[in-house]
Amino acid sequence: MNAPSLETPNPWLLAPYSVQERKAETADTATIVLAPPTGHPPLRFEPGQFNMLYLFGVGEIPVSICGDPTDPEHVVHTIRSAGRISAALGGVTTGATVGVRGPYGTGWPIEEATGKDVVIVAGGLGLPPLRPVLLEMLRRRDRYGRIEIIYGAKSPRDLVYYDQIQAWRARSDLRFQTTVDTAGPDWYGDVGVVTTRLPDSRFEPKNTIALICGPEIMMKLAAQALVQRGVDRNAIWVSLERNMKCAIGLCGHCQFGSDFVCRDGPVVRYGTVERAFAFREL
Amino acid sequence: MTADSASPDVPLHLARHPFFRGMDPDFVARLGAIAYERSFEPGAFLVREGDPAEEFWILFSGKVAIEIVLPGRPRTTVQTLGSGDIVGWSWLIEPFISRFDARAVKATRALGIRAASLRSLLNDDPTDGYHLLLRLLPVIAERLENTQLQLLDLHGA
Amino acid sequence: MTRRGVTRNLDIVIAGASLERVPEFLTDERKSGRTPGMTEPAVGEKRILARADFPIFLGALRDLGYRVVGPTVRDGAIVYGPITRVEDLPIGWTERQDAGAYRLDRRSDGALFGYVVGPHSWKKYLFPAHERLWTASREGSRFAMAPEPVDGPSFAFLGVRACELASIAIQDRVFARAGDPGYAARRTRTLRIAVQCGQAGGTCFCASMGTGPAVGPSHDLALTEILTPQRHSFLVEVGSVAGARVLATVPLWPATAEDERAVERIVARTAASMGRRMDVSGIRDLLVNNPGHPRWELVGQRCLACTNCTMVCPTCFCQTTEEVPNLSGEKVERWRRWDSCFNSAFSELHGSPIRKSTSSRYRQWMTHKLATWHDQFDSSGCVGCGRCITWCPVGIDITEEVAAIRVAPATPRAAGDRT
Repeated sequence: MNAPSLETPNPWLLAPYSVQERKAETADTATIVLAPPTGHPPLRFEPGQFNMLYLFGVGEIPVSICGDPTDPEHVVHTIRSAGRISAALGGVTTGATVGVRGPYGTGWPIEEATGKDVVIVAGGLGLPPLRPVLLEMLRRRDRYGRIEIIYGAKSPRDLVYYDQIQAWRARSDLRFQTTVDTAGPDWYGDVGVVTTRLPDSRFEPKNTIALICGPEIMMKLAAQALVQRGVDRNAIWVSLERNMKCAIGLCGHCQFGSDFVCRDGPVVRYGTVERAFAFREL
Repeated sequence: MTADSASPDVPLHLARHPFFRGMDPDFVARLGAIAYERSFEPGAFLVREGDPAEEFWILFSGKVAIEIVLPGRPRTTVQTLGSGDIVGWSWLIEPFISRFDARAVKATRALGIRAASLRSLLNDDPTDGYHLLLRLLPVIAERLENTQLQLLDLHGA
Repeated sequence: MTRRGVTRNLDIVIAGASLERVPEFLTDERKSGRTPGMTEPAVGEKRILARADFPIFLGALRDLGYRVVGPTVRDGAIVYGPITRVEDLPIGWTERQDAGAYRLDRRSDGALFGYVVGPHSWKKYLFPAHERLWTASREGSRFAMAPEPVDGPSFAFLGVRACELASIAIQDRVFARAGDPGYAARRTRTLRIAVQCGQAGGTCFCASMGTGPAVGPSHDLALTEILTPQRHSFLVEVGSVAGARVLATVPLWPATAEDERAVERIVARTAASMGRRMDVSGIRDLLVNNPGHPRWELVGQRCLACTNCTMVCPTCFCQTTEEVPNLSGEKVERWRRWDSCFNSAFSELHGSPIRKSTSSRYRQWMTHKLATWHDQFDSSGCVGCGRCITWCPVGIDITEEVAAIRVAPATPRAAGDRT
């Protein structure tokens, strides 16, 4: 008989992590650092994966892991206040308890990127889920060719990780372009949607892996532009976002075509979702 | 703004610019003959909203901000342009008045072409005019699309 | 339980079931004058259970600690509920089903299982509509979380149809992959007593889906009701050791070749009377390649997004969770409940639904059920039970929708509502 097994651990339970640090990134976005409870194994994750975060009496939401994959004792999440639960999670104070279960989902293709140029396109809060992969690639910088990063935000005051970006921009072994949709006269950087920065990016299209994270329309347009440049559809990776309640491929909310985004995604090859991107309300 | 004397490199520069690459060499040569080089210091205007659109600018280096100025609000940059881009098409559209400010935010090198000369060149040979429009239209369409995307507030979610 | 190897006198057996009324007619078995066996049969063996001994069968289930649930007439429909005596079963009842129509009707005989399927499915026991997952209590600035205990009654599902066995197998795969502890515990404790359909309903199409009407191998016991003016008995096939155990204390006759032929005739008759059919050849690609088909718009105009189809579907597993604090806020419970892809909040992202239109929700449901389910779980998500057709208040018929798309499949690109 193929009756389900009783041996698996209870996937619904959350471990009580404590908030070690909270840093405001922008007016509505904060980064929190969580430490596992005593005796709890460190949370090892692949860049691109997410956790379910829970606040007692408030609720649970999926949030990408944004920290350093080599430092699993510090679980880092950057949270934008977009609803009741995310507002409460982003507003936690040091010492508070946040329930954590995870990590879930697929990660960025770090192995497949070996020996290749890497183009990273991040829109808005798409940068945090890409931060672990960038940290990992910089840690083993010699394994990759050129690294080109384009980060777009709505306006200069919506940019996250400001200090870290300055450090990245100062490096000579990667190129970090920042662009905003609109800016005032005090902004000396680029203005325009992220795709306007692609023509300036230097990479060998046939030997490139592209990682894109941001709003769906932005991912679609960036992927299209990369395909036009000659990058293979399946060398382009995107991170999908859908409603999620369970993160274990059961609640059905995150379905996108044949994928459960929580399980088969969030990181998928653009070639596998290109057609689905073309249809509304899928 | 500093005006340089016509340099023998100008036609060559023009032919190599992405905007003109692959166009009829004779036509590009005719344009090269009437183009001139200009440098703009940061803060200098290439185009001012409301002024007659008398020049077509082809950028080689630096950075130019397309700006909108609304009363009571700080000037807002809606796009930055740089090497490989062109600035302005109001010179082609009656009544030939510029619709935006274009201001250098970094030291910028550009080639300019007098709008009046350019228009008469295009009128003389509508085939050339058609080919130039074929180059200009995708740029206009792309900027329109980008503007729409900015309106969509892609990052608002 | 050990094999008893005891043969008891028939009269003693009947006396042992004295609370039950002995039917007026005698079965062939009774008239034969032969005595029934009381040995525990082996898995794969077949026996005859007399209708008159059905109370003993129910008693045997109870004696083994099973809580028997099965079909019963309530509120004008045959639904699943507790079965404590034979009279709880829908004796002599049947139903007439069509798109958007369900009526109980009297049969001319005393069949115990003379209906097809009602609005309930067994998922209400294995995957309850409302279920607590854990309880958490505040402890200073922290919280302590306790999982919901997974103990509970062992159910004996009496009257599982072939399509329903298939649907349980499908949900097994869905819940097993997710490692859901509550489902696994309930499912492991459950005994599945199948009863083959003696007729097909007006909205049935299990034959098209390959799930019926013949009951497949995965069951604990499979019964076929043999009912003629001369005879009322059940051919019982043993599907598992747990099923065999139940029969150890039930009087059974050997099954003859003629009995097996009778069962084959019943199944063939049922197969021939399917109210609906669906051409499933290449259906995965057909639907995946037609998200822009104009038919979705048409069905979207009829669909009320009432969620009935997903509630009655025996394989639909979509669910949501909710946080339920007590009044003091010191204690919180996490509950899950059935959700439906027809609800607007189902696909909500950043405050607005991804699937705004009803047509997009219908497309999601049907494409998932018949097409992308194959990619996810290596089978169709539809077993052909017909419930979604019967219980749709506007009579939307999934077989008709598939046929309409099949008749005029759009070229994948041309009809797409490309953005």
